[in-house]
Amino acid sequence: MNIGVFVCHCGSNIAGTVDTEAVAKTALTFREVVFATDTMYACSEPGQAGIVDAIKTYDLDGVVVASCTPRMHEATFRRTLERAGLNKYMFEMANIREHVSWIGKDKEANTRKAEELVHMAVEKLRRNDYLEAGEFDINKRVMVIGGGVAGIQAALDCADGGLEVILVEREPSIGGKMSKLDKTFPTVDCSSCILGPKMVDVAQHPNITMYTLSEIESVKGFVGNFDVTVRRKAAYVDWDTCTGCGECTTKCPSKKTPDRFNEFIGQTTAINIPFPQAIPKKASINAEACLKLTKDKCGACAKICPTEAIRFDQQDELVNEQVGAIIAATGYDLFDFTKYGEYGGGRYPDVITSMQYERLLSASGPTEGHIKRPSDGAEPKDIVFIQCVGSRDKSIGRPYCSGFCCMYTAKQTILTKDHMPDSQSYVFYMDIRAPGKNYDEFTRRAMEEYGARYIRGRVSAIQPKNGRYLVKGADTLLGEQVEIEADLIVLAVGAEAAKGANELAEKLRISYDPYGFFMEGHPKLKPVETNTAGIYLAGSCQGPKDIPSSVAQGDAAAAKVLALFSKDKLASDPQVSNVKLVRCIGCGKCESVCPFGAIEMIDFRGMPKASVVETVCQGCGVCTAACPQGAIQLSHFTDNQILAEVNTLCL
Amino acid sequence: MSLCYAYYPGCSGLGTSLEYDTSTRALCKDLGIELVEIPDWNCCGSTPAHAVDHLLSACLVGRNLGIADDMAEERELDGIITPCPSCLKNLKTTQHRLADPEFHRKVELIVGRPLKAELPIKSVLQVLVEDLGIQALAKLVQKPLAGLKVVPYYGCIMVRPPQIMQFDDAENPMALDNLLAELGAEVLPFALKTDCCGASLGTTRKDVITKLSGRILDAAEEAGADAIVTACPLCQLNLDMRQSQINKANHSGHQMPVFYYSQLAGLAAGQGEASTMLDKLCVSPRPLLAALAGHTGEGA
Repeated sequence: MNIGVFVCHCGSNIAGTVDTEAVAKTALTFREVVFATDTMYACSEPGQAGIVDAIKTYDLDGVVVASCTPRMHEATFRRTLERAGLNKYMFEMANIREHVSWIGKDKEANTRKAEELVHMAVEKLRRNDYLEAGEFDINKRVMVIGGGVAGIQAALDCADGGLEVILVEREPSIGGKMSKLDKTFPTVDCSSCILGPKMVDVAQHPNITMYTLSEIESVKGFVGNFDVTVRRKAAYVDWDTCTGCGECTTKCPSKKTPDRFNEFIGQTTAINIPFPQAIPKKASINAEACLKLTKDKCGACAKICPTEAIRFDQQDELVNEQVGAIIAATGYDLFDFTKYGEYGGGRYPDVITSMQYERLLSASGPTEGHIKRPSDGAEPKDIVFIQCVGSRDKSIGRPYCSGFCCMYTAKQTILTKDHMPDSQSYVFYMDIRAPGKNYDEFTRRAMEEYGARYIRGRVSAIQPKNGRYLVKGADTLLGEQVEIEADLIVLAVGAEAAKGANELAEKLRISYDPYGFFMEGHPKLKPVETNTAGIYLAGSCQGPKDIPSSVAQGDAAAAKVLALFSKDKLASDPQVSNVKLVRCIGCGKCESVCPFGAIEMIDFRGMPKASVVETVCQGCGVCTAACPQGAIQLSHFTDNQILAEVNTLCL
Repeated sequence: MSLCYAYYPGCSGLGTSLEYDTSTRALCKDLGIELVEIPDWNCCGSTPAHAVDHLLSACLVGRNLGIADDMAEERELDGIITPCPSCLKNLKTTQHRLADPEFHRKVELIVGRPLKAELPIKSVLQVLVEDLGIQALAKLVQKPLAGLKVVPYYGCIMVRPPQIMQFDDAENPMALDNLLAELGAEVLPFALKTDCCGASLGTTRKDVITKLSGRILDAAEEAGADAIVTACPLCQLNLDMRQSQINKANHSGHQMPVFYYSQLAGLAAGQGEASTMLDKLCVSPRPLLAALAGHTGEGA
């Protein structure tokens, strides 16, 4: 076997702390290495051309590239080998950047470690086999999880592209956070007027099936062939029959039911339609508040319903859907400000969240767009806005910037002045972060045209005083303490991962960061992909995002799915487990440990044997470690290959 | 199991807050908590020491901690306790700083003895609510303070900094609220319960005291309180002794008694004037107490 070794400088990324020339020279002494060189950028066009030339000139059978992580460029170099006529699995990568040059400063030790990693790769490569990928069919349906603006956009794009779309939403209506907003920045146009038509499009699109009040129960399968079970929660109303007339809500006696859609400002009925523009416009019953469901009394809604749609005995229903790709667009939740004792920890009725204020501003909100403070219904005059509540604060485990609070606070001060010309807004801020198109101009307008008084500093305490509130804080530009008497305090609460995000990520087998936001495939180059093939991200589930960014990501995720589905078949990965039947004793250990259900027990001439379903196997190798006989082997990572690497290092 | 602590009265306990020290000792006695005064204790240096030199402050405290170490050799102690939050903060801060070996070595060198400083350090209030439990206090009550409307005032350092004090909620402590409720008093919500009274600035910047303490008195009156209840000698002094100065500066007319919680506990337990020392208060609580059922206003 003729092996070629290419040691990459990666500019100064590697060459700065690794003697790449020495590594290449040492590599020449390894068995079956006939050619070794260092190269400036192995992944660049001249770098790859050098590899192709060397394969031809030295009649190479296999190639080792010592450079970055295989996550970055393994696929790149495999294609290079294919161009030169070699099987792409005759390639090994030694990671001397993330594992060596970026983490150590001692050049001599780094060089030694790089040489050892290259040596391991060479010894593994000597045992590599030609592997051929098979093909499998794709199910060209897509599931979008989350019906906020990102999910709506992704669903519409996919559906317009001719795909069949399943849209799953946890709440009774699609629309997400955007449907709760009064106006949007920086144009101050009506949120439901721009979102509403899109929601209607979703409802009317022939390619979209909507499951609202539904959650993901389980996800099985793999790219092209996912099998998803959706739990459709009981609405206690037959939605096929319900016309959304709302008669039921007029007769329901449980009129003090907490109103989730209105952020618990105001109350609703136990049977309700969350808001006038809800899609689907169907009634559902809050089981905890309903007299019939809790005490077996009442039943007024069933009597009044003109279509007899009420079903008190309705149960959750599990639905199976087969799809080829999944877009997660599950959004975010708002930070629970009661963790801040200095803002009253939830004890003061007139200290509210920005989203609650949004509902007060909204014409379809509980006060019909009149700003009334919760304690006494009076119109406030002095309003203090506090930014960064649950953002940029390590002490409460939220060190990140939520990104959109500066903008929506500026918007709310403008709307406040529009609603109440005599009012005065004060904004406590840390820094103004307004980097979008027309964003900084917008915050300047809030200050200069609408007279919002911006105070750079934090608030130390909010204290009730004569029916109003004393807000104590620091003005760090003046270097003084300030006190403002306010009627209403609006906290610009930050974004955090949606409740249940971690559990969903585990069902989807995608990664999440320490704060529960889903991890993209690469922070720059794969913003809407995940590390699990066929699963894409859109919107704030990946990190806090404003509306334009969420919409752009919805578009991007849809484009990814359309590109994936432009092929009729996908290549299967040959790096899967296979069973040597003569050695298998049929103990079934592999079947019990496989996390993907990829192993079946079969009957072979009257004896039980394990068998791998190749399209389901993800190549994790758990079965090979569990097999007491060494009968099950993972192609490209056989026991012999791994032992050869270990022996190289240790012997 | 009876509780026994090394007791650090603090300098003010011998002077301006004699009534706090006396009523605390009497209360602990009734509750079966044994207090063994640290023999030959010295001043912790209070604010003047730690404001200029952490090492000086730690050495002053360190000497007392060393004596307590010796006491613990001779008998089992549940910890070191003090009624004064300022002394407490110096004790706990020193213990915290002694965790640094280099600092520990320096302090031992200056104090001239090895220091363990491992005994738990708590306020008397913390012992009552955490080690003993306020139910024990309830059993002591003979004359509930029914009808007495009070606001609890913790001062700024009883619970702060939270990393060091490790007691109750730093923004909305409830220990004193719950304790006073057990005594039968009507405890009103008080947003300024951890605000600063101006502390030792009274000696140099009287205007700061009249503003900050004045605000606490105003808020207590707005809340509808008959009296303020404190757990800190300096807070009590600023609110009580300086009340007439505050009234003069702010053109206010407060006549608000400012109790130590230990005085009210003694009163509810039926202790006499010798223990509660209500006569030590500058704003007399007599008219207020006289109006309370079961209390004569004559200190029982």
